[in-house]
Order: sequence, then structure tokens, then C-alpha cells
Amino acid sequence: MNERDVLGIIVCNMHDELISELTALRTLGSVPFGGRYRLIDFALSNMVNSGIRDVSVVPSMHYQSLLNHLGSGREWDLARKIGGLSILPPYGRSSSAGVYHGRMEALANIRDYIKASPAETVVLSDSDVIANIDFRPAVAEHLAAGADITLLYKKAQVSPEMHAYNPLFFDEKGRLADIYLSPELSGEQNVYLDIAVIRKSLLDELVQESVQRNEHSFLRSVLMAKKDVLNFRGFFCPGWGDKVNSLTDFFHANMALLRPEVRASLFPKDRPIYTKVRDEVSARYGLASEVTNTLVTDGCIIEGSVSDSVLFRGVHIEEGAIVRGCVLMHNTRVSPGAVIENVITDKNVVVTEGKILSGAENMPLYIPKGTVI
Amino acid sequence: MIAMLLAGGQGSRLSVLTKDMAKPAVPYGGKYRIIDFPLSNCVNSGIDTVGILTQYEPFELSEYVGNGQPWDLDRMGGGAFILPPYQRSGGSAWYKGTANAIYQNMAFIDRFSPEYIAILSGDHIYKMDYSKMLAVHEEKGAACTIAVCEVPWEEASRFGILSMDEDGFLTKFAEKPKHPESNLASMGIYIFSTEKLRHYLEEDEADPASANDFGKNVIPRMLAAGEKMAVYAFKGYWKDVGTINSLWDANMDVLNPNVPLDLYDPDWKIYSRSPVMPPHYIGKDASVQDSMVTEGCDVDGTLDFSILSSGVTVGKGAEVRYSIVMPNALIKEGAKVEYAVVAERAVVGENARVGRKPEDMKEPEEWGVAVVGPGVELPPGAVVAPREIIGRKKARAE
Repeated sequence: MNERDVLGIIVCNMHDELISELTALRTLGSVPFGGRYRLIDFALSNMVNSGIRDVSVVPSMHYQSLLNHLGSGREWDLARKIGGLSILPPYGRSSSAGVYHGRMEALANIRDYIKASPAETVVLSDSDVIANIDFRPAVAEHLAAGADITLLYKKAQVSPEMHAYNPLFFDEKGRLADIYLSPELSGEQNVYLDIAVIRKSLLDELVQESVQRNEHSFLRSVLMAKKDVLNFRGFFCPGWGDKVNSLTDFFHANMALLRPEVRASLFPKDRPIYTKVRDEVSARYGLASEVTNTLVTDGCIIEGSVSDSVLFRGVHIEEGAIVRGCVLMHNTRVSPGAVIENVITDKNVVVTEGKILSGAENMPLYIPKGTVI
Repeated sequence: MIAMLLAGGQGSRLSVLTKDMAKPAVPYGGKYRIIDFPLSNCVNSGIDTVGILTQYEPFELSEYVGNGQPWDLDRMGGGAFILPPYQRSGGSAWYKGTANAIYQNMAFIDRFSPEYIAILSGDHIYKMDYSKMLAVHEEKGAACTIAVCEVPWEEASRFGILSMDEDGFLTKFAEKPKHPESNLASMGIYIFSTEKLRHYLEEDEADPASANDFGKNVIPRMLAAGEKMAVYAFKGYWKDVGTINSLWDANMDVLNPNVPLDLYDPDWKIYSRSPVMPPHYIGKDASVQDSMVTEGCDVDGTLDFSILSSGVTVGKGAEVRYSIVMPNALIKEGAKVEYAVVAERAVVGENARVGRKPEDMKEPEEWGVAVVGPGVELPPGAVVAPREIIGRKKARAE
């Protein structure tokens, strides 16, 4: 695969409404995750590690934090003269309708950009897929099978309570037979990762058709509507992967990082996940610190007791504080005597002395950005 | 003002640690390499052009500095430049001494036509605002200003010692005097007015007896010629990391709250090249106190008063106390590492024992920091005595 044969497109804001708490001030792609990352780091790093050198990011709303995070794309090696990162917000042309309601509408707005790319194949990804995937074998299989669209999926146990996932069903020849939208199913299913490989010329035709019919959903107006006419196929991704569709999902995805096999799958040495560098000091552990089963990021100061948690940059657990099963974002401070359990704090939260806060594993307590409790 | 950073030294007293890399590239404090301090000082002082003179084992250092981006030194019309010795039409030569290294790069300096030049060394851990020193240099109208730092009297004979008059001008310079007249040690940091520097470097070069060294030759020559030599008294943390023990000490200082080296100061950040690793994981059986741990580490053992660099693994039941562990080292299950330096990519085998507490020694003078050199693989159960230094070819089982 030549590095300019494939164009990467990352569409943001597709599922923002699912985690309204975290996305009030940011797009889902810039939601902090796993201590030092933002969700979009995974999609971007996957593209770069797969040799894709032209990547466009298509945000729709509240994308200031995203732009701040991405900068010139240097951290992902995408500050390039040839190709590189392009950020394509809405209102790109006078006829554009503004904020998008679906992937096809987003793509319609960047149609000229897609056309101008020398690539023949497009990898289309959402910004909130947490996985480490090499797209090269998926693209190779897509081309070898002569597929029109290849959908990347993982195998996962589902339950009727789960929402916002799309299982794929294939016939005996591996062709997409059906796709369900957020059904109530149980057992192991092929769950679509919202990553598709597609021939660029076909994508352009489909976008044009969607514009003409005033349709904007890739799932409905392309995958469901055309599955019998076009050759849609699947590509199985064996590693750990997740999409965060709710605050509880977000909590569990962070907690999954405490499992060694998840970290091994997500952070292999030869395919690093890149992110913006902040030049923080190493994490500092105090004389009385007690820490077990916890992911800790640079800039943290831990003087109290922490277990089964994920601590983002600059979190300060003071002596005598107890933290159990929490996801604490940047610069959260937990004061002496405070006890918090199953809590998600957004950035810059302060839990003052002696406060006791508790959520449950299936319903973590969320504390908004900057709150002082 | 531009800066010229002398980074070509071998640092032979660091033994196996500098076998394959120049001293300024030696890891320090978990996230840093020694050169991060002068480079960050430059940027924080408003210096945007830094020539880095390399000679000994330059590859690791060149790779690390790269285009200077982590220090914000990827600049148009300036930035970080690696300056190795090079061939020229009149013949070529290695850098013979610190002064000669600068002399050979006068053409580089002239491209920027700076009024002043700061000469820095890549051997020390300190935070210093060179712009304050420049203000003193300008105010006094000096040809050269030398930064000094008070050192304990009993150590003064290890340094270049300065005496000054009440107006803050240099009166005497003695290199490693047996009977020091003051405890003001030269920090190896100079600011020169460019034309004065050019003049005295040319004179120095013309003198076949000269060792072409700033401290030994150029400074005494300028003083003898009656130049105005100002002294800039630096207050703050300044530590040479030239020996295994001092490197270990300087690392332990990071953990000591009473030592005035604040790495958390948002106005004077120390920048470094990040290794791109996930946050570190503290395991279910781990116990971590009074330590610093950084990205990519995986700790399931006990850490006490220790510093781990990126990508270090400490296995279950392993103990690391009063030690520094450099990037990507592996300390396997049950190993015990005390008062030691475990270098990059070294492997300490299961139940191996490295170093001892000073209080456990029968003969206190036999105590010293134990070192496992870069890439050394200690077999299971191996013992490394205090003060012992294991290089790559010396690893053995006991």
C-alpha cells in the first residue's frame, strides 16, 4: 500500500448526545480517556500506524477543545508538506447547511476535498473508537475481495440493556446480509466498530445521491438501503476494542485499562498511541501513599490511598484521602479525609475535606468540570 | 544572544553509563536527560538559538535533540544545531578543548551576528535564568561574565575557584586549588561579548602551549590582560553529575522536599522528548512510597525512595529501594535492588540482589552505589556488591 493510496476521514460528533455530560463542552473525539489521551487519538494513531498520511478530521459542533488538541497534527506525525492533517469544520462553502446530522451530510460538505485527494480508497472512522487496529490488512482484504464497502467489526457479548450498537450479519459467502440498529439482542454478536473501508469513487456517488435525496445517515441510506445491491463485506478485528455510548460505558472502558490484556492490545510497542505532549513531571508518590491496581499519569501527586482507579494528569490525592474505583480527570484534587468511590470527576474538580461521595459500578457518579464539593 | 552548549564530553567517571553515549544524554530524574536542563534554561531565558557541540558518542544525543522541537527550538532563523567537528579546506581536527571547540565554530556564530555568546556545559543539573546574568554582564560593561555558585569549603578544591573584589569583578581564578581562597566555584557558564571572545580565542589558538580550555587558558589570559571580568553569583540548586555517586545523589535530591530543585514550577518547565507510552500501572500487589514513576512503567513490586524512568517493569515481589532505574529496564520477580543505578534496557534476573544499605556494611568505606550497566542481563540469583559496576561483558552468575 502506497501511503497516498488511502485517505483517512474521521467524522466527529456522531454520538455526542449519548454522553451529554462529557460533551457539553467538547466533541466526543476530545473527551479525555485513559489518563493522558483524548478519544480521537486512537483513530488518528491507527491511521498513522497503518501508513495513512492524508487524514481529514470533520468536526461539527463545539470543537474548540478538539482544535486545541490537534494543532498542526505534529504529535501524530501529520504535520506534513505532502498530505498530513486537514481539519474541515462546517460552513466550508456558502451552500453548506451548517452543523451536520449524519456522516453523509458531513461528507457532502467536504466533497471537493475528497475529490482532490489522489487516494483511491477511503478509511472512514468515527472519532470515538477505542482500539488499536492496523488498517492495512483490512484494506488489502477489501481490495482482494473486490468489495464495495468493508465494515470493521469486533465480537462482543451483548445484552438487551445495551444500546447504541449495530450488529452485522453475514451470509455464507461473507456478504453483509443485514445490519440492525440498536436492537435488543443477547449473546455474542458481530458489533460494527463504525470504521469502514470504501472505494473513493463509490463514496462520492453515494454522497451525491444522499444529497439529492436529502438523506444523511450512512447506516440507513447506505448500509441498510444498498446491502442487496452492493457488495458489503466484513473484516474481523481480534484485539480489544470499545466504543463509548454512555457515561457508564465510558467508566467501564477506562476501568478495562486496568486489565493487562487490554493494555497489551491497546498499547503494543510497535503501534503506539500518540497524543499531545504536556511536559509534566513524573508522578510523585508520598511517604504514606497506598496505591494498588491503578493507572497513573505524569503530573499526579499521590499521598493518600487509591485502588482500582484511573488517574489523569495532575491529579492530587492528599494524605488521608481514599479513592476507590474512580476515574479522575486532569487536576482533580481530593482533600484529606474525603472518601470517593465509583466517581467520575471532570477536569479541575476539588473534593474538599471529609466529603464522602459514592456512585455504583453500573451508575457512576459524575462531577462536572470545575466543581468544588 | 546565542548559546553554545558544550556536549562533547565523555564523562569517563560515569563509567559504563557513558560507554555508548555522551554524558549530556544520560537519563536523569525519571523523565529527563541531563541536557534537558541547559536546553530548557535557554528557552526559558529567551534564547532561541543553541549550538550543541558534540564529539564523543554523538548518536544518542543527536537523535535525542533532533530538530529541537520538544524544547521549542525548531525555529525559523535559529533553533537547535548539532555541531560536530568537521572537515574543512585547511585540514580538520577534533575539538582539542572547550575553547578550541568554540573557535572551530566561529563561522557558525557569525551567521547569527550575536552581540553576546553564552557558553554552557551539558554536565549539570540546575535552573538558571541566563537573561539575568546577561543583564549583569551589560550593566558592568564586562568582556566576560562568569557564573559562580557557593560550594562547601571542603569541596572547593575540586572546582575552579574565583575571588572577586567588592564591585563584583574577578580578581583571581584558580583551577582546583589545594588551598582555596574562596568557596565560589565556577559553574562553567560564561557570557562573552562576541568580539572579545573572538580576539581571545584567536590568541589562544596561536599559543601552541595552550590546552585550549576556557578555565585553564582563556579566562586566566583575559584576566592577565586586564579585561573587565564580571562575576555573577547564582543562588539555587546546582549539581554536578560527573560521577556515579553524584548522579545517584542528584537523583535522590529530586525526592527530597528540602532540596530547592522545583521541577513543578509552571514558569520554568523542564522540557524533554517524550517516549510516547501509556500511563504507568501500579499492580494489585504493589507498594509504592516516596518515589517517582513515569509513563510506560508496570510496577507489581515494592518501591521505596526510588525513581523509575519510562518503560520500566518491576515484577511481583521485587524490591527497589534508594535506587534509580533508567528507561526500559526490567527488574524481575523477587529481585532486590538497593542503593543502585540500573541503566537503560538492563535486566535484573529473578531473585538477583543488587547493592546494599550502607548500614549493613561491616566496612563503611567499602560501601558505594552499585551499577548494572546498559543492556546488561543479570542472571537469576546474581549478586552485585555495593560499589560494583557491571558492564555488558562482565555479567555473571554467582
